[in-house]
Amino acid sequence: MIKTQQLENNVNRELYNAMIKRRVALSAVLLAALFALVILNIFIGSSDITLKEIIIAIFLKEGKGHTVMIVNQIRLPMALMAVAVGAGLGMGGCEIQTILRNPIASPYTLGITNAATFGAAMGLILNMNVVKASEPLMVTTNSFLFALLASVLVYAFSLRPGAGKNGIILFGVALNFLFNAATMILQYIANDEDLKSMVFWNMGSLLKTTWTKFYIVFSVVVVCFIVFYLNSWKLTAMTLDDTKARSLGVDTQKVRQMVILLTSLLTAVSVCFIGAIGFVGIIAPHIARQFVGEDQRFFLPLSAMLGAFVVSVSFVVSKIVIPGVVLPIGLVTAMIGVPIFLFIVFRKMRTL
Amino acid sequence: MLKVNSLTYSYKGVKSKHDVFKNLDVEFGPGLNAVLGPNGAGKSTLLKAIFGLLKYEGAIYFGTESITKMKTDEKTKVMSYLPQMDIDFSMLSVLEMVLLGRLPDLKQRVSDEDLNAVMDTLEALNIKDLAGRSFGELSGGQKKLVFIAQTLVREPKIILLDEPTNSLDLQKQLELCHLLHRIIKDRKIDIIVVLHDINLAARYADHIVIITGEGEYYDSGSAKDVITEKMLKEVYGVIGSVTLDEENRPVISAKRSVRDS
Repeated sequence: MIKTQQLENNVNRELYNAMIKRRVALSAVLLAALFALVILNIFIGSSDITLKEIIIAIFLKEGKGHTVMIVNQIRLPMALMAVAVGAGLGMGGCEIQTILRNPIASPYTLGITNAATFGAAMGLILNMNVVKASEPLMVTTNSFLFALLASVLVYAFSLRPGAGKNGIILFGVALNFLFNAATMILQYIANDEDLKSMVFWNMGSLLKTTWTKFYIVFSVVVVCFIVFYLNSWKLTAMTLDDTKARSLGVDTQKVRQMVILLTSLLTAVSVCFIGAIGFVGIIAPHIARQFVGEDQRFFLPLSAMLGAFVVSVSFVVSKIVIPGVVLPIGLVTAMIGVPIFLFIVFRKMRTL
Repeated sequence: MLKVNSLTYSYKGVKSKHDVFKNLDVEFGPGLNAVLGPNGAGKSTLLKAIFGLLKYEGAIYFGTESITKMKTDEKTKVMSYLPQMDIDFSMLSVLEMVLLGRLPDLKQRVSDEDLNAVMDTLEALNIKDLAGRSFGELSGGQKKLVFIAQTLVREPKIILLDEPTNSLDLQKQLELCHLLHRIIKDRKIDIIVVLHDINLAARYADHIVIITGEGEYYDSGSAKDVITEKMLKEVYGVIGSVTLDEENRPVISAKRSVRDS
């Protein structure tokens, strides 16, 4: 009897393992690619440093001239920041799409990114007017509060009877215009110097990354990932209809609130330190869904990894397109993301 | 079995309030229970209330236990509920879809116990070969079976099904009802099912509960006792005849609405 039970366990387990084999393999490949990209991002820069020097600088903190400083204080945090921000945006998009059951939703399309931009811009201006020294935390709080405001507005709207998927997206578009205009007003009244820095900041840049900023983004990303991952089965149930999810014992209201809160936080920290990077939140979960479906145990990590992948590749490209010039990461991400996105969408259309 | 005591629920719209039930008393029996009634009788609402998706007054008992006072997690251990909606598209595999029925105990690493429960249930429904398929690719009938599997995999004591025969062809409707009977026998559970088709209910149900269009209890009992010409007229507003088939089960033949002369 015990033996047959054991046998049954084995047969079922094998069947299950065969089903998830491809997903695990894919995750492993992506993880390796990400690691390679981080190294590549440390490698590429204005001064030539060899791979060997990089490894020695990172692990032994030794090297000639400024090598140790360049590698450890500039290039490494930037390369890791690309990964952290990309992962955060990918995760945010994944969960917003899940709770709204809408594959074209993302923090950006819902106006959360622009709201965070406005908040950060306000903090920037206030900072410059009130306190001379830069206060990174104040910008973060500001941007977070506005991201939260936009999220709560979207959420409240989504609770209205008759607010369909399209209604929610339209509402987000309206919020986008609102916060865009508000940001422009700030830009209009700002002096030339502020205006210049705000415009650049809006295009997204990794160049001002410090270890402190990285640690803040990294811890938010890690905490959000853990919370999402622990709720992965509930979130998977949320991809079904609301009543269906509730019939499975999921408190849909609570899950939605959690996702909106954490996504705002994710969006806020990435926007206030890096600037607006819009496309990753849509594209990463979209590609992930094609590969692994919507089982959140795979969908979530793969969205995060693909987000990190897209931003890291963009960062590489941003440094090599024009020698000696680093293009804004937000622009490059869109330039690279759009063709990948279209390729996948059209390939899928062909197979249908 | 399940007992509903003076259930009162009103639907609150934006401007209006509409009483669905007022002090409704219903008692279900063992085996297959069918809930019958015209549109707007609140059949679906009754199932939702039993599962606790609505805030209602009154009490619902399972044996001597009060379901009303149970937390969601406890409730999902006692019963499963399959809502009426058709979900056509999902990027989940059949295995994942059925696994969801094991919420809230599911772990990130699927346990042997959960996995075996899923595979056993799929086998019992003869759809084990679908396990690896994508849910979105299945036919309507297969999707229904997957959802039935999802309600069964939790190993509940009662299953609530809201019009599961909806959008199935005649053969699949009969097969589904036959399957429900087998489930009751094999798994020693009770089923409450909302049906539209009176003849289907008469053929398969062990116990029938009839609710009027106003959400009031009308009658309950065996098919032979409750399905009468008088009931058709009073509850459905239909003139029709009821005959007994060779198995002594009532069969209705509806002629016309009482509103048409």
